[in-house]
Amino acid sequence: MTVLQSLQIALHALRLNPLRSFLTILGIVIGVASIVTVFAIGAGAQVRLQEQIRSIGANVLMITPGAIHKGGIRLKEGTKLTMTESDVQAVLEQIPEVQAAAGSIAGTAQVIHENKNWNTTINGTTTAHFTVRDWQLASGRFFSSNEEAGAGKVVILGSTVAQELFAPGDDPIGAQIRIMNVPLEVVGVLDHKGPAQDDVVFVPLTTAKLRFLGSTSGINRDSIAYILAKAGSDDQLTGAKAEIEGLLRQRHRIVSGQEDDFKVQDPAAAMEAQQGAVRTVALLLVAIASVSLLVGGISIMNVMIVSVTERTREIGIRRAIGGRMRDIRLQFLCEALVLCLIGGTIGIVGGITLSMTVARMAGWITVINPEAIALAVAFSVGIGLVFGFYPAHKASKLSPIEALKTE
Amino acid sequence: MTAPLLRLRSVYRTYRTDGLAVTAVRDVSFDIQSGEALAVMGPSGSGKSTLMNMIGLLDLPTEGSIYLQGANMADVTEDRRSQLRARSIGFVFQSYNLLARHNAIENVALPLVYCGVGRKERTLRAERSLESVGMLHRARHFPRQLSGGEQQRIAIARALIAAPLIVLADEPTGALDSRTGAEIVTLLCSLNATGQTVVLITHDAGVAAQCRRTIRLHDGQVVSDERQIPALRNRAVAL
Repeated sequence: MTVLQSLQIALHALRLNPLRSFLTILGIVIGVASIVTVFAIGAGAQVRLQEQIRSIGANVLMITPGAIHKGGIRLKEGTKLTMTESDVQAVLEQIPEVQAAAGSIAGTAQVIHENKNWNTTINGTTTAHFTVRDWQLASGRFFSSNEEAGAGKVVILGSTVAQELFAPGDDPIGAQIRIMNVPLEVVGVLDHKGPAQDDVVFVPLTTAKLRFLGSTSGINRDSIAYILAKAGSDDQLTGAKAEIEGLLRQRHRIVSGQEDDFKVQDPAAAMEAQQGAVRTVALLLVAIASVSLLVGGISIMNVMIVSVTERTREIGIRRAIGGRMRDIRLQFLCEALVLCLIGGTIGIVGGITLSMTVARMAGWITVINPEAIALAVAFSVGIGLVFGFYPAHKASKLSPIEALKTE
Repeated sequence: MTAPLLRLRSVYRTYRTDGLAVTAVRDVSFDIQSGEALAVMGPSGSGKSTLMNMIGLLDLPTEGSIYLQGANMADVTEDRRSQLRARSIGFVFQSYNLLARHNAIENVALPLVYCGVGRKERTLRAERSLESVGMLHRARHFPRQLSGGEQQRIAIARALIAAPLIVLADEPTGALDSRTGAEIVTLLCSLNATGQTVVLITHDAGVAAQCRRTIRLHDGQVVSDERQIPALRNRAVAL
């Protein structure tokens, strides 16, 4: 008897008891669906992280104000932004490893073009910001030095914002948009950097302070929210970090033993660490899903054992009319296998559906990769074989004479 | 002289249950020639079923030998014996033993599945086999939709499909009323008339009388092995 014939017999047998077959495979369905979903979300998270790392740019250090929420009295002090534009200058001029540095302040606001509007991040910065992040223009130009110095009413759009405000084929360059009732001329549109990064508009730092963010946040004229600094190469990062820390401690008059009022971070390293954490969580979820698969396998074994007992007479008949032991074993193994494959298929479809739903509802990126599907299929087949073997073996070992005597 | 179809030589079969040895068949020797119609008779407990299991290659003697076409069955593997059952033995059981979840034609074709015959040819041969027992019009019926007599005819069609050396019928009329039973016996006899070797196991003397040769068992031993003179048999049918 061929495997194909065994599969046909198996399908025939399973069709006769659809509810039981379905309940049997439920564990496998849930297990496989969980694995597919976890893998999709995990892969999505990795893609997102990699994109973020890439979007920050290579060899970039991020300098932010220090822990501002530690203890009652300092909370008040901490709300004041400790970084200033002169810090940016100092970092750029006094630290040889730093090739470029830019200070930024940011907030959110509604941007309006004609009858369209969009809520996005307003980032006030200098042209150096784009150098640090290796961010190219898709069209137009960066800010001129006049505009940077004189709070020019100009704006550079992230590609998402350009897409939202302008019809396709409509050139945004030269167009007027409004932010908080201030009309601004679009001078540039940026290249794609990733979905999370493209949803932004840039204005000169001076413009942001004078016209938008400065007035709302009440910060001092010279202060900025964070500094991005670019080192010449990857191995200079650690040295540059230490030097920046030294310089800023000196500039902020922080004596030894006193806590820094700023923090120098290597975002790429931080994100890689985060990526590791994501991987750990994903592994944990896979472990849980595996338990479900194990339970599913046990339930298949259980039902197959019951099935063998119920069909003892059938086994006897099949043996009497010429079925070999291996034919009987193959038949029941195929049944278990078919159960698992059907469960696996439903699970894969369910998992894809679930991860797409999650993606839509939570706004996460999910990536269905073929490896995860292949793994799920391999798991289903493996479980079918492992948990189907004992019942099938038991069936094949039945004495045909005894089997024919049962009712 | 060619070897007989089936040869039993000093066959013993002993069962051991709870340390107690029961010999169901003792020192049985006889030959079955091709084309014979043989009835094995005896009261219940006389070892008929045990003997049938051995003739049907489902079981092996504890002592003595069974030869199928000269080959000692003790020397062949269980797998090979399974294949021989598929190709050389056609079982007909008292309780029909059709697979309830398969229709008539699927049941009839089943032995061919184990002979490795393709689906198309299986269906073709199953139809022919069903036709030969007059059951082609019931091909798509399931066993539960058929009467006992019809089910037994389906079972005979299944026994015949692989063109076996021996059709082995174990109390084929036991579950049937006398008229239907007689029809089944007539069917088996007509098979024998075409040259098919038939071994009939029964406790019914009327059924056994339809066969040219009758072996009587008692307490696991052969007590008589009689052949009817053909003329006498014809007269009996005429009466």
